Amino acid sequence: MSKLLEINHCRKRFDATRVLEDLSLSVEKGQVLSIIGPSGSGKTTLLRCATLLETMDGGDLIYLGNYAARDEGGTSVYAPPAELQRIRGMFGLVFQNFNLFPHYSVLKNVTEPPILVQHRNPAEVRDQAMALLEQMGLADKADAYPYQLSGGQQQRVSIARALALNPKILFFDEPTSALDPELTGEILRVIRKLAEEKMTMVIVTHEMMFARDVSDWVVFMNEGVIVEQGDPREVIDHPTQERTIQFLRRLQEK
Amino acid sequence: MTILTMIAKMSEGLGRTCAIFFLTLLFSLPLGMLVALLRMSKNRAVSTVTKVYISVLRGTPLMLQLLAVTYGPFYLFGLGVAREKLVPVIIAFALNYAAYFAEIYRGGIESIGRGQYEAAEVLGYSRYQCFLRIILPQVVKRILPSVTNEVVTLVKDTSMAFTVAYQEMFTIGKQIANSQTSFMPFVIAGVFYFLFNAAVAFVMGAFEKRLSYYR
Repeated sequence: MSKLLEINHCRKRFDATRVLEDLSLSVEKGQVLSIIGPSGSGKTTLLRCATLLETMDGGDLIYLGNYAARDEGGTSVYAPPAELQRIRGMFGLVFQNFNLFPHYSVLKNVTEPPILVQHRNPAEVRDQAMALLEQMGLADKADAYPYQLSGGQQQRVSIARALALNPKILFFDEPTSALDPELTGEILRVIRKLAEEKMTMVIVTHEMMFARDVSDWVVFMNEGVIVEQGDPREVIDHPTQERTIQFLRRLQEK
Repeated sequence: MTILTMIAKMSEGLGRTCAIFFLTLLFSLPLGMLVALLRMSKNRAVSTVTKVYISVLRGTPLMLQLLAVTYGPFYLFGLGVAREKLVPVIIAFALNYAAYFAEIYRGGIESIGRGQYEAAEVLGYSRYQCFLRIILPQVVKRILPSVTNEVVTLVKDTSMAFTVAYQEMFTIGKQIANSQTSFMPFVIAGVFYFLFNAAVAFVMGAFEKRLSYYR
């Protein structure tokens, strides 16, 4: 099975508002998928459903053939907590606002989850964490606290924190949106490097040029459905749907 | 009676004053956390009952609560009044201060952003691990100034024990003031509370400083 993630017929409402409607998506091993679309289109909700931060109302959620949720008669039935916990180990999530733990040093932010959750050897985790920080260009910040770092540095720590758990797939929720424009480059470089290393990733982003360059597949969402998807150069440079054309034109006008 | 004799006599009650102070903290600090968690329970009945508990204990005088706990069993059930008043005094103080601490804890817990919980959840922390390792340490730092306020108030509130004739420092001072028709015992008591609170401020300041390594 090469499908790492499969979402089938996902539906989600918040009270009376339809957020996601019959949305299906799959991600293959090594694939980089970008999700673009206007705010309020349901991109972030989709990511939150995929990472179990929200529950779907209906549809399947499958990681490597393991059902986190199975559609039974139009309602998502979730796996027992222990199974969900096992599935959580398969993915990582990088938040828009980093969400580092402020009372932990950079190193402890990265090392505690593998030691605590995966019960791995502390010395080995420490070595891996230092290697990851090195890779992020932050080896000298290992003993610093998050408040002492720039937004870009904090985001790189949070990427290292997610990678330390050796996830099979990494989700990014608008990883550069909370950053000053001059700091977005360093994050995009890190993600590009991960793509070269064949890390499977799903990226919700507003950076069109970046999405076009780095991803193998791009999905354009609007009002809870996928309007258009395909090769990034096709979708971004030659969109066929009216809504996509409008959205991309508006972005260019900025 | 010389001032020195007064000080010596009042000092005999110091142990009891300290007993009220430390025992109240010992019981009310953890009890307050329990009350805060019940107050935030998703179960409506549990949170409502807790809310009533908090509003009654904060809404009535501590003096009244001391009298109720000490003499209530006698008036209600005809039971004898305990000769050793420490137990009812500590019960009243602990219940009262737990209500205040609970609200401080709740404010602190609710001030921690959702992102911290979500990050911990995605990383695989259990709810218990998340609370103990991620949320609670940050809560402690945020609420420390408010807790200091309560602790300072508690030092002065120990004098309330005079309402049930518990022989702590202030009660003895009041007795001396009456028998000697002197204001001096009150001055001595004032100096004592002031020094006690200077020590409290110093200790709490040291705690705050220890937690100032992050923002």
